[in-house]
Amino acid sequence: MSAYQRLEVTEVGEVTVVRFRNRRITEDIDIQELGSEMFSLVESDKREKLLLNFSAVEFLGSAALGKLITLDRKVKAQGGVLKLSNIGPNIYEVFAITRLNRFFDIKEDEADALAAF
Amino acid sequence: MLWPLFRQSMTDRWLWLYDRVIASDTKLARQVLDEMLAQLEAQHWQQRDIFAVHLATEEALVNAIHHGNGSDLRKSIHVVCRLDGERIRIEIGDEGRGFNPAALPDPTTSDHIHAPCGRGVMLMRAFMSRVEFNEQGNVVTMVKERERIPN
Repeated sequence: MSAYQRLEVTEVGEVTVVRFRNRRITEDIDIQELGSEMFSLVESDKREKLLLNFSAVEFLGSAALGKLITLDRKVKAQGGVLKLSNIGPNIYEVFAITRLNRFFDIKEDEADALAAF
Repeated sequence: MLWPLFRQSMTDRWLWLYDRVIASDTKLARQVLDEMLAQLEAQHWQQRDIFAVHLATEEALVNAIHHGNGSDLRKSIHVVCRLDGERIRIEIGDEGRGFNPAALPDPTTSDHIHAPCGRGVMLMRAFMSRVEFNEQGNVVTMVKERERIPN
């Protein structure tokens, strides 16, 4: 049984692959819960290699970017690695404008990302 | 001042007019946003433009609710939208003391790139055609010019 309401979590070798159940990652309902679930992967489950696959995500705003930055800090604090993949063009523009496309390790698709761990 | 002139000349041409006061509640803001996006879909706006309006309006509403009104449900948000064939104009006001948008740090610099917040206004400016704040800084007016597909 999955402990995650907002995330789909699978294992591929040593890498934990995370997909999002929500098409829109917005402030109104899910952002705090989503943040808690992502952080627990690192803090409680001690997963060190994380890949966030955004293929299901059509929209995210700055609040979601904030959660990703905090997640990255937590992963690095444990000596882990975080990668992102399958980001569509609209959302990629959000990363590019904020220059977070350079801050995060973003790969085209899941296979590219898995090969880069 | 551009807006009074703009408003006067365009009065009869609005496809959709929307004027609503809501409590500082993100669920109510979601409803406002969904109504707005449904109008753009109905007018067959490009998905890229709809994404831009969605993002900028969400950022402005969240700023108004959390930063402007301090998430106080007794305080209101005033949303006015005008849609015509070429553009959407969105005005969002809160009851806060306002802020100085010119004083916001650049979130892309090495000093601020690690900060988990502070990107909303930058995204609003990047995705909309025009973004202006009133002098007090508690009303934002944003315009998105519709992208046309070349024939």
